[in-house]
Amino acid sequence: MSDVVLVRSLLLAIPLAFLATRAMPRRLPPAARLVLGVGAGWLAALALVLLVPVGIMAYLVSFAIVGSIYAVIALGLNVQWGYTGLFNIGIAAFFAVGAFTSALFTTTPPTGAAAAFTQQAFGLGAPFLVGVLAAGVAAGVLAAVVGGPTLRLRDDYLAIATIGIAELVRLIFQNERWLANGPQPFRGIPQPLSCLVRDAGCPYLPAPLMELFAPLAPRDYTYVYLAITALFVIVTFLVLERAIRSPWGRLLRAVREEEDAAAMNGKDVARAKLQAFVVGAVIMGIGGALYAHYMVAIDYSHFDPLYATFIIWVMLMLGGSGNNRGAIIGAFVIWGVWTGAAFAVDALRPVLAAISPELPARGPYLRLMLIALLLIFILLFRPKGLIGEERFVSRHTGEREA
Amino acid sequence: MALLTIEGLTTGYGEMEVLRSVSLHVEQGEIVSIIGPNGAGKSTAMKAAFGLLKPWQGSVRFGEREIGGLAADKIVRLGMCYVPQTDNVFPSLTVEENLEMGAFVLDGAIGPRKERVYALFPRLAERRRQRAGKMSGGERQMVAMGRALMLDPKLLLLDEPSAGLAPLLVDMIFERIRDINDSGVSVLMVEQNAKKSLELAHRAFVLVNGENRMDGTGAALLADPEVGRLFLGG
Amino acid sequence: MSQVVSTRMRLEERVKRVLGSRGALIALLALLIVAMWLLAAAQGIPGQRLLSLLVRGVMLGGILALGAIGLSLIFGVLRIPNFAHGDMMTAGAYLALLALSFLPLGAPLGPFSFGYELLVALVVAMPLVGLLGYTVDRLVFRRLRAQRSPPVIMAMAALGSAFLVRSLIYLFWGADFVFYYTGRARPAIELFAGIRVRPDQLFILGLALAMIVLVYLLLERTKMGKAMRATADNPELARVTGIDTESVIRWTWLIGGGLAGAGGIMYGLDAQLRPEMGWWLLLPLFAAVILGTIGNAYGALVGALVIGIVWQVSTAFLNPAYGPGVAFVILILVLLFRPQGIFGRPGGS
Repeated sequence: MSDVVLVRSLLLAIPLAFLATRAMPRRLPPAARLVLGVGAGWLAALALVLLVPVGIMAYLVSFAIVGSIYAVIALGLNVQWGYTGLFNIGIAAFFAVGAFTSALFTTTPPTGAAAAFTQQAFGLGAPFLVGVLAAGVAAGVLAAVVGGPTLRLRDDYLAIATIGIAELVRLIFQNERWLANGPQPFRGIPQPLSCLVRDAGCPYLPAPLMELFAPLAPRDYTYVYLAITALFVIVTFLVLERAIRSPWGRLLRAVREEEDAAAMNGKDVARAKLQAFVVGAVIMGIGGALYAHYMVAIDYSHFDPLYATFIIWVMLMLGGSGNNRGAIIGAFVIWGVWTGAAFAVDALRPVLAAISPELPARGPYLRLMLIALLLIFILLFRPKGLIGEERFVSRHTGEREA
Repeated sequence: MALLTIEGLTTGYGEMEVLRSVSLHVEQGEIVSIIGPNGAGKSTAMKAAFGLLKPWQGSVRFGEREIGGLAADKIVRLGMCYVPQTDNVFPSLTVEENLEMGAFVLDGAIGPRKERVYALFPRLAERRRQRAGKMSGGERQMVAMGRALMLDPKLLLLDEPSAGLAPLLVDMIFERIRDINDSGVSVLMVEQNAKKSLELAHRAFVLVNGENRMDGTGAALLADPEVGRLFLGG
Repeated sequence: MSQVVSTRMRLEERVKRVLGSRGALIALLALLIVAMWLLAAAQGIPGQRLLSLLVRGVMLGGILALGAIGLSLIFGVLRIPNFAHGDMMTAGAYLALLALSFLPLGAPLGPFSFGYELLVALVVAMPLVGLLGYTVDRLVFRRLRAQRSPPVIMAMAALGSAFLVRSLIYLFWGADFVFYYTGRARPAIELFAGIRVRPDQLFILGLALAMIVLVYLLLERTKMGKAMRATADNPELARVTGIDTESVIRWTWLIGGGLAGAGGIMYGLDAQLRPEMGWWLLLPLFAAVILGTIGNAYGALVGALVIGIVWQVSTAFLNPAYGPGVAFVILILVLLFRPQGIFGRPGGS
């Protein structure tokens, strides 16, 4: 077994070990579940790296990265819609603000000849985690500004206002050159821990750790980034699972079910809604940051209503709103359907060409049709999603509540 | 044969049972009143009579025909019209347009029907171009009743016609109900104002906790000590 | 002490009531327009240019009104925030393009860039869009109504329909922009006092006004129109009154869709056709509907004119791309101060 296989499998083991641990039978003691889960996860990772051809594996890894980023955003939407019933169709706004904020925080302003091609309001050259933090804060502040006047009104007003903010944010990033290079792509967003795959290494990591990663080549970077995004999904998931079982989570569900039944005054309801909206937006902003650092170059067109709002809704609705596990599964399933449909459309090319010579080039839009139909079918026939809302076991009473 | 017959009706909203085995009937030409304390299920009985709630058990018949759960436009065609307790006018429509909506299911000219309503409520004739939303509570009640009369129904269902009206207006509305009845329309009404409605009604049914408690002629119930204790503060 | 508190409460209450009054909202909007005008004047933009923009704003308001009236009726009568309305406008524009491809190209009519065939295409496309809306209702919304789905589920289904309609447009016509007529640039003519507009824009304004008059007659004079207003007022009462709500729903979609189609065609004639054109209009449309009170067709007209004018005049000193953003600002102002809109009753929505 070569060293590079070992390192790749270790990186891949992070998400797989988590999945395996959660899949272990409940009756085992926690420590045993952890040991068995980590072992099984690592073995699975090793098997994948050894048995699957390198090219296909590279594709699967980048698929999983994007799936994880969508999963983070779907988790954010689940706080807003699934738990609290807030209809946000401007996810793109928080996604984009997060992405551009982290990009601005972590890049350094161009100098010399490059300055003629790239303009940016500022560049702090801050570390990745600072960028992620700033992304969450920026998206949360935006949510507070939008939510303030609209959350106390009818549900559908929030939807309209969020469409508005998404359009406005997109227009700003499209037209304001000084802010983040206007309509041109904003390039050079640093990749976190990319030093791991470079010869120079990471000066801030201890030498033994650096030695472990030494076999990695630049093309292995996706494994590193997958480990990073997987950690974000895992942490977000665990935090939300905790939060939703807390009194705060019960408050949110009470707000969603029926505000009057929640035996609280209007101020409490408004505050709970605002909190849920802001928390969801913070998570979306973090998802945006993860996206920016993966893409390296971003522009306004990445945040159109289809890719940055609509598809995430379909993910959550499929997985089952009010269910964190469902949100993650939905994100991967829909992202799989979306990318898989690309292959299907490719295979259909000759058929499409027979219908009309222009159709093969427009084949990708068949995917849009498919996803839109899927959403409508879910709403009509499975409004609770594939999995449905989890029933919660209250920690204090042991009673199951809906 | 009775005009409206409710027999052993059990129904409610969602999972919640409101009426339990309620029976009542209205004969041709009668004014029948349903009285009872708050939450007795009076308005629910009215809604069930108009087919707005499906019977879980029992039946609702108009003449010979079973009407439980039938669509409202079919029921008004049969000759039964309903005036809800609140929000019973179209506020942005004029008085005249409100009346026209009452005759929506008719195809031909409705001029004479409008004139008949105006004859009954001259106040409405004066304000026929006024938006109903701009009118007083008493005037709105007239608009709502006038609209229900447009189809020349055999039976008129009134859900608390005096709710929220000043005493003087209550008397006026009750007089109009008598006029309507004199013109041959049977009336089934729900009332909070038990004394006035018993004075007006030929017969009345007392509902308590969603069940029949007693029934009889208006005069007999007025004299009944239990009714006095329950509603009349005596 | 409690005296002080209650006085302050009363004062707050009073301030709130004044700010939320119809007059205050109108004053606020007027102030906004005057402020924009002053801002433009301060930048040395000539009054003639501003007047031209005002006229164009009224025209754009006419186009928006065609969409907003239907959106408001559908919102009011069916309680559906129809997020597919913009894409129905797009569908109208492209269906007219399809109709044009079957028609012989005629000579331009007078000073206009189009021939009689565009009028034929308009007449063909309008009912088709109405039918499209009604079909979606039969297949999707009717089932959701039967399942007693909450309004947000309706909204989501509308969003899904929007993307479905757009995917079909992409498939049939591709993503590039197209024109109804190429190489027929018609120069702007001087109207009066140095106000310059293109003849097509006058036609658009005239047509929009004619259709609005037709809608007015329909709503005020016909039984179905009155029933639509009644249902928008109070759907439950409409049902128990015996109004045939199914046919009201059918006519609401046919009329709302037809108007949206006409609006899309006019918008396409003024600029160009793109698959996203309607989506971009969605925000201004909703802003107009909420400004003019949901369910109130005349309110939608007033709202659309305000939005159209503010949008156009703002281009004097703002990047024209921000037009929808200006609509958003108005929307937020309305939601802050008077969410029931200009013509709404306090407390109602």
